[in-house]
Amino acid sequence: MVGIKAYGGYVPRRRLPRSVIVEANGWFNAGIKGYSKGERSMCNWDEDALTMAVEACRDCLNQERPDDIKAIYLASTTLPFTDRQNSGVLGTALNLGQNMMTMDITSSQRAATSGLLNALSVVKGAGGSALFATGEHRRSQTATTNEVMYGDGGAALLLSNDDVVAEFVGAGQIAVDFVDHYRGQNADFDYNWEERWIRDEGFMKIVPEAVKAALDNTGLSAGDIDHFAMPGTIRNIAGMVSKACGIAPEAARDNLHNVMGEAGAAHSLVMLVDCLQDAKPGQTIMVIGWGQGCDALIFKTTDKLSTMSNRQGIKGHLAHRKEETNYNKFLAFNGLVQQDGGLRSETDKQTALTTLYRNREMVIGFVGGKCSQCGTVQYPKARICVNPNCGAINTQDDHRMAETSATIQSWTADNLTYAPDPPHHFGMVAFGEGGRMMADFTDVDEGAVAVGDEFRMVFRIKAADEKRNFNKYFWKAAPKVSA
Amino acid sequence: MASGIRDKVAILGMGCSKFGERWDCDAEDLIVEAYQEAILDAGIETSQIDAAWFATAIEEVHVGKSGVPLSVALRLPNIPVTRVENFCASGTEAFRGAVYAVASGAADIALAVGVEKLKDTGYGGLPQRGAGPLNDMIRNNGSAPGGFAQLATAYSEKHGVDMETIKKAIGTISVKSHANGAKNPKAHLQKEIPLDTVLKAPMIAAPLGLFDCCGVSDGSAAAIVTTPEIAKSLGKDNRITVKALQLAVSNGVESGHNSWDGSYFLTTRKAAERAYKEAGIEKPRDQISMFECHDCFSITEMVTMEDLYISNEGEAWRDVLDGFYNADGQVPCQIDGGLKCFGHPIGASGLRMLYEMYGQLLGRAGPRQLDNPTFGMTHNLGGQPHQNVSSVAIIGHEGA
Repeated sequence: MVGIKAYGGYVPRRRLPRSVIVEANGWFNAGIKGYSKGERSMCNWDEDALTMAVEACRDCLNQERPDDIKAIYLASTTLPFTDRQNSGVLGTALNLGQNMMTMDITSSQRAATSGLLNALSVVKGAGGSALFATGEHRRSQTATTNEVMYGDGGAALLLSNDDVVAEFVGAGQIAVDFVDHYRGQNADFDYNWEERWIRDEGFMKIVPEAVKAALDNTGLSAGDIDHFAMPGTIRNIAGMVSKACGIAPEAARDNLHNVMGEAGAAHSLVMLVDCLQDAKPGQTIMVIGWGQGCDALIFKTTDKLSTMSNRQGIKGHLAHRKEETNYNKFLAFNGLVQQDGGLRSETDKQTALTTLYRNREMVIGFVGGKCSQCGTVQYPKARICVNPNCGAINTQDDHRMAETSATIQSWTADNLTYAPDPPHHFGMVAFGEGGRMMADFTDVDEGAVAVGDEFRMVFRIKAADEKRNFNKYFWKAAPKVSA
Repeated sequence: MASGIRDKVAILGMGCSKFGERWDCDAEDLIVEAYQEAILDAGIETSQIDAAWFATAIEEVHVGKSGVPLSVALRLPNIPVTRVENFCASGTEAFRGAVYAVASGAADIALAVGVEKLKDTGYGGLPQRGAGPLNDMIRNNGSAPGGFAQLATAYSEKHGVDMETIKKAIGTISVKSHANGAKNPKAHLQKEIPLDTVLKAPMIAAPLGLFDCCGVSDGSAAAIVTTPEIAKSLGKDNRITVKALQLAVSNGVESGHNSWDGSYFLTTRKAAERAYKEAGIEKPRDQISMFECHDCFSITEMVTMEDLYISNEGEAWRDVLDGFYNADGQVPCQIDGGLKCFGHPIGASGLRMLYEMYGQLLGRAGPRQLDNPTFGMTHNLGGQPHQNVSSVAIIGHEGA
């Protein structure tokens, strides 16, 4: 039976209290004053949909490296590249080899649920497993309802026919070009229509049709649904829809509005992962994807759910939280304010694509070398072993550095170099399996770094080449997610 | 084993421009200023120079590449001019080129000039620039002080010296250099400062504050070298000769192998060991009269005192607090103010250090003159603690 073999989640560590947004912008749009409760997640300056997807996938794989992955899908409407396959970068970052299909799925808030449905049928038919990832870095204009409602996050699912923790039971889909909002080509922000119309003519009419189709297709009844995971920023919309569909009111799941906001196309799977983290074996989950129609997917958890290895998922990342009360940082990290980075920020950040291609595994995949003669792990991988007592030539095997611990040996907080979030922390880190590097740090708090701290490596934006619309990605050391 | 350079080459003349924010000067002006003093000191004509070495590190912000800018500035008579660059140790590289040319017999008289015009970048501190397409993908972001600040955390961890003590020791180093620089009319910074000012200064890269960082300056320095015999024939009776000239360059071990703990300079130790051997010095703490080290940051100076084997490992901070390196201490360090106060026009710095040692040995140092120095040592470093080039030179009276 095809289904979900493993899951992972990601929510950026920083949370912006909505009261901070209201305090800054309530004077201009009194309409947002009713939304001052709770907080929304926000990307660090070096995070985007792709980096969050990488982290969600790493959480999902949880150090394991299945050798039967035949496809990597990435669903998002905020991918960093319009014409460079983002899932290809994801695959390289995960260093899972290149004998597989990679595919980006985009253009709708239900990109993730529709893509997941397709991926499930491919895995069912073709066998093997597939990694399905999603991430969304939502941008909005200031002083808008979107600004308070949105959040950033990602999720990942490992799909397989074997050992699934949640079996895919079936689905219903409705395709209707109902435009509650849209974002045109090259536009930065969403354009929205009236919420009452979206509620009455959209959610309340279209979602129940998809729910009915899913129930009809699977032979289940509304009363069988234990968890109803439906995103939606309209207050209590999941409760109203579930009631209209005959689903038990207590089945409607918390949409995480209070703790992270809505992560766009990723949010259905964010909610699914959150659900899997507290569902019990034998329960039925319905996941709703909304956007120019509706997807309703039904999963049934298996006994394997309770024996699955521990991971952070959504709940762990939600607990790994840092309150950010500086609204200007939110603006800056989202490119919503023009900053003078100073003359030091003007260095050219062009990427030599030839160099990147030759070294893609080293740079994007964070693959170093391990000397077959003396066993020394080293980064970067080189022709001659770095061990002063070895020096063997052409003896280094590929060695992935990303999943080992990174212990701080020296560090500083640099106020002089240009950094989007000064002071810039960096230092020498020693990897658990050997090797070291002078690494940039991210997600650290000033005054909370010490020699001996054990960090982990994360995939992040190293520098944005704004002149050429290209992100340089690399790996940085960050505090461990300790929920 | 090579016979080494000891007493094979003599310094015929040296010159050094005023260092500082020379808003009215191009590199050409600075070169000519240093050269005029050197050629006057040497007592020769430009036409007698056989070959020249030219040091600039960040050529893209001033003169551009090649030996041409030096040849044009001095209207050299179409002699060989080689441009050298080895990070902040470039000045000593130019000196090495000239000295080795003379020692080999390829040239009777050779010139070394270093220059850097850094104040045309629009901001303070060193210009930040790319390091090549691959390095720019995998190398950390960070300033020079950020790279050297790493020494402090690693040193503190290794030797169990708390950061407050380190801050006080490195602050005392800066106070000492300011006291010395105040007596040097060519220095960029000529003002004494109290320790409190150092300790309360804005943080640049923790734990280094503003006064833990050297000045970034415009300037030039020059040396003219020849054989002791030619120097004698030109009437130089009090000859200063080169005793040792060593360079050690990182090979990736510090940055890539966990055998290095980050608290010291592997290269400096190797260069120092070789230099002492070349110069026949067995007890550097007793025999070195004075030295100029590459105090780009106060913490660099502190660990270098150990890496040059003047202080015992883990104890330099104690020597500093005891005044061992002060002008009236046992081994004065940075008697001219060092990079900290004399300034740091990169390509010129190695030659500037030699200029001071040379002047001290000849008794020309005016209000900061030391009593009868025998050996003067310079330590000129480039790069970062985990990846660098480190040079050590020792000069002294011929026969000493």
